[in-house]
Amino acid sequence: MSILGLATQLFEVIAAVLVAPAFLGWVNQCRAWLQNRTAPSVLQPYRGLRKLFWKDAVLAENASWLFRATPYVVFGLMVLAAAVVPSLSTRLPLTAAADGIALVGLLATARVFLSLAAMDIGTAFGTLGARREMMVGFLAEPALLMVLFVAAMISGTTSLPKIAEGLSGGTLALYPSLAFTAVAFTFVLLAENARIPVDNPSTHLELTMIHEATLLEYSARHLALMEWAAALKLFNYACIGFALFAPWGVATEAQGLTGLLFAAPVLGTKLLVAGAALAVVETISAKLRVFRAPEFLATAFLLAVLGLLVHLLLGA
Amino acid sequence: MLAVSAAAGLLAAPERAILLIGLPDLPFHLRRDALTSIFLVLLGGASTGISIFSAGYFRKGEGALPGLLCLQYHVFLASMGFVLLADDAYAFMVSWETMAISSYFLVTTQHRIPEIRRAGFLYLLIAHLGAIAILLSFGVMQGGSWQFTFDAMRGAHLGPEWSSVAFGLALFGFGAKAGLVPLHVWLPEAHPAAPSPVSALMSGVMLKTAVYGVLRVTFDLLAHPLWWWGLIALALGLASAFYGVIFAAVQSDMKRLLAWSSIENIGVIFTALGLAIVFQGLDMGPLAAIALIACLYHCLNHALMKSLLFLGTGAVLHATGERNLGRLGGLIHRMPWVAGFTLVGVLAIAGLPPLNGFVSEWLLLQAFLFAEKVPKSFVNMLLPLGAAVVALCTALAGYVMVKFFGVIFLGKPREPRLADAHDADALERIGLALLALGCVGLGVFPVQVIRALDLVSSQLLGATLGQRGASWWLLAPAVVRDSAYGPVALLVVGATIVGLTAVMVGLLYHRRVRRAPAWDCGFGRLDARMQDTAEGFGQPIRHIFQPFFLMSRELPSPADSNPRYSVTITDRIWRWCYEPAGGIVRWLSDQVAWLQQGRIATYLLYSFITLLVLLALVL
Repeated sequence: MSILGLATQLFEVIAAVLVAPAFLGWVNQCRAWLQNRTAPSVLQPYRGLRKLFWKDAVLAENASWLFRATPYVVFGLMVLAAAVVPSLSTRLPLTAAADGIALVGLLATARVFLSLAAMDIGTAFGTLGARREMMVGFLAEPALLMVLFVAAMISGTTSLPKIAEGLSGGTLALYPSLAFTAVAFTFVLLAENARIPVDNPSTHLELTMIHEATLLEYSARHLALMEWAAALKLFNYACIGFALFAPWGVATEAQGLTGLLFAAPVLGTKLLVAGAALAVVETISAKLRVFRAPEFLATAFLLAVLGLLVHLLLGA
Repeated sequence: MLAVSAAAGLLAAPERAILLIGLPDLPFHLRRDALTSIFLVLLGGASTGISIFSAGYFRKGEGALPGLLCLQYHVFLASMGFVLLADDAYAFMVSWETMAISSYFLVTTQHRIPEIRRAGFLYLLIAHLGAIAILLSFGVMQGGSWQFTFDAMRGAHLGPEWSSVAFGLALFGFGAKAGLVPLHVWLPEAHPAAPSPVSALMSGVMLKTAVYGVLRVTFDLLAHPLWWWGLIALALGLASAFYGVIFAAVQSDMKRLLAWSSIENIGVIFTALGLAIVFQGLDMGPLAAIALIACLYHCLNHALMKSLLFLGTGAVLHATGERNLGRLGGLIHRMPWVAGFTLVGVLAIAGLPPLNGFVSEWLLLQAFLFAEKVPKSFVNMLLPLGAAVVALCTALAGYVMVKFFGVIFLGKPREPRLADAHDADALERIGLALLALGCVGLGVFPVQVIRALDLVSSQLLGATLGQRGASWWLLAPAVVRDSAYGPVALLVVGATIVGLTAVMVGLLYHRRVRRAPAWDCGFGRLDARMQDTAEGFGQPIRHIFQPFFLMSRELPSPADSNPRYSVTITDRIWRWCYEPAGGIVRWLSDQVAWLQQGRIATYLLYSFITLLVLLALVL
């Protein structure tokens, strides 16, 4: 573990934490443009966070320690997840301790805590949200795991930096199995980040909401941390997608600091494109009924499994 | 009751000395090797916590007399120890039966309740079906030498047909004890009936003796497993895992839920075991080692976490007198200790890092990654799909555990009398704390645990998992390329980030907190009945996996002034397997019944004819 490695790691984590709200802001801006609305600034999420941090926290009377601890735990887990996704560089000391399976585990832990906190107050919306969040989760999590599994089978390892290096390096081979898993991954990304076909991030007090229902009792700094964690989650998912399906431009061990200088603008470009694409997907699709969401996710899971089968049949 | 913990302490003693010691004794051959030792550690570790807890738990003496209960409890513990130590078929069967019978009496502690008697009978029936199969399996394995020591069986060298028969019988017999689908039906009946520490012992430890039996027979006594046996074990394991978890999701009795979850975990264990057999049968030693270690690791994990959860339900049951999830809620305020320890168990069993459930899941998935290297076409394509089922089951286990913890401990109390619930007493807390500590320890220090498990692997498979590099904190099996798992690092870095966030938010901003009523959407009436019930929480699973359930629903009509809603979910396997089997047994006994005439003269005639036939045979 070199000093340079540690520095890269720290830089990547801090960059992820700071950039994540801007990515969310960019998606929102694109959505507004596509929907003929006056677009908010990219910096709008930061303003929201600042406002929330300065407010007085209001807790429900029967909130337990679990409820108060969850925002910190969820935020911490998302930062930890950001630390093991090779977004800027593959030279990350912490990835030695957490591979793709552990990354899925970290995301699952965050979801479990979020759902438990939602059940803590005992309101109808909270428990409903928790149930639906877990419903989305239990199908999305294995789908994500299978997506990673296919990539791991292709590159022979579950270590994310090695997968990214293996897929980007050498010849630009086309893997048909990855085409299936890319679609599955997109579905999972939409569902896990409460995006439109499954959930709507911009509504409140609607019977169909999922993610927002779990946050209903949070306020002030707790809510700020939760929203920041959600932005970070979206950022992480985008970076997992880049690592698996668009791994070029990531700094490798050999490149050192210059690679990092090159990798930052590449990541920025990827994020701009992905954010715009996400906004397009959200704008052209309609929200599904909650009962249809499992079908959507089951499709994602089956597509990922199909990708696995294609890999095993064709060996590619 | 202190003797209970002393006995458990004695059993826990071999924890450090994992050596090969032979103890020949004339009638009962006992032997302790690495495999036995690991399971003895499991027995000792789990039962220490359970025994300390039960010292606090049984003070009120429910049902049976405390003294009698204590005796049965110890006989049960000792017989499990002897099952593990036995080195000949006689000793094994005697202790196996003692184990079954003592646990039967423990299950029927409250024998005045008819359902409990019925559950006990079902358990005894299936236990004996299994025991017959095990006995027959030993009969096959002695291979005509009529020597029933395990040494003789090791030397018997059966042909592939007979060893397959022996394996099939053993899998049936031990599978009945372990609760593999379709022989799982006794588990959801017996576990809720037994007192909680007994459920903990049965689910946490007794089911593992069955796993021990399969391991002993497959890898030790039969020596050369055929690869396709593994496929059977794998398929049964995956079926049990999936079936167990979806049924766990729709239960409203907390102990029944845990019983179904045990079926799921046994399924995961047998999946790993099956994979190990496949690899070993095809001479892929190091790969078999990773699957076998996943299997053993999950045995240890499940022993600790399921005991912890069962004891948690015991504490809740004592405090509230309620097993139905629909009448619990909000207990985190009244029972903070129990809630905290149970949370550890819940996170562990949901397979979340950095706790122990995740380690075995990680190993199992790594083992599945190699499944495409199996040199059998078609099989190497189907086998990796097992990973998809395992992933789905793990995610569903998370769902089940959120339901379990959320409905019992979080939210508002659903009944007014829950306000009087009291926390567990000191002894009970110590028992829970030990088990929770075990979960954390197994989760955070996998390298050290695997070093011990490698001894078993080298004994059974002649291959070890090994470790790339000599780091104490990074789990990096030698066969796994490039990737590793370091829970210590994750825990430390994660805790640092969480702490740093908390400190920074506190320092940069303010720490003002105001308490207010929960948001009621402006209607001004928010009560505990508006929370999701256990049935409600299971609804998505019921909806998605509808074909697997046999449901009968009673829906109220719109004009009903006193609406009632009820749904009963039954196991389809009852309808498919057990009811026809019961019918056949009844038909057979009806056919035989004409023998029973009720006249002494007829019975004397039977005896006379039997005597004549025997004489004719002998002469």
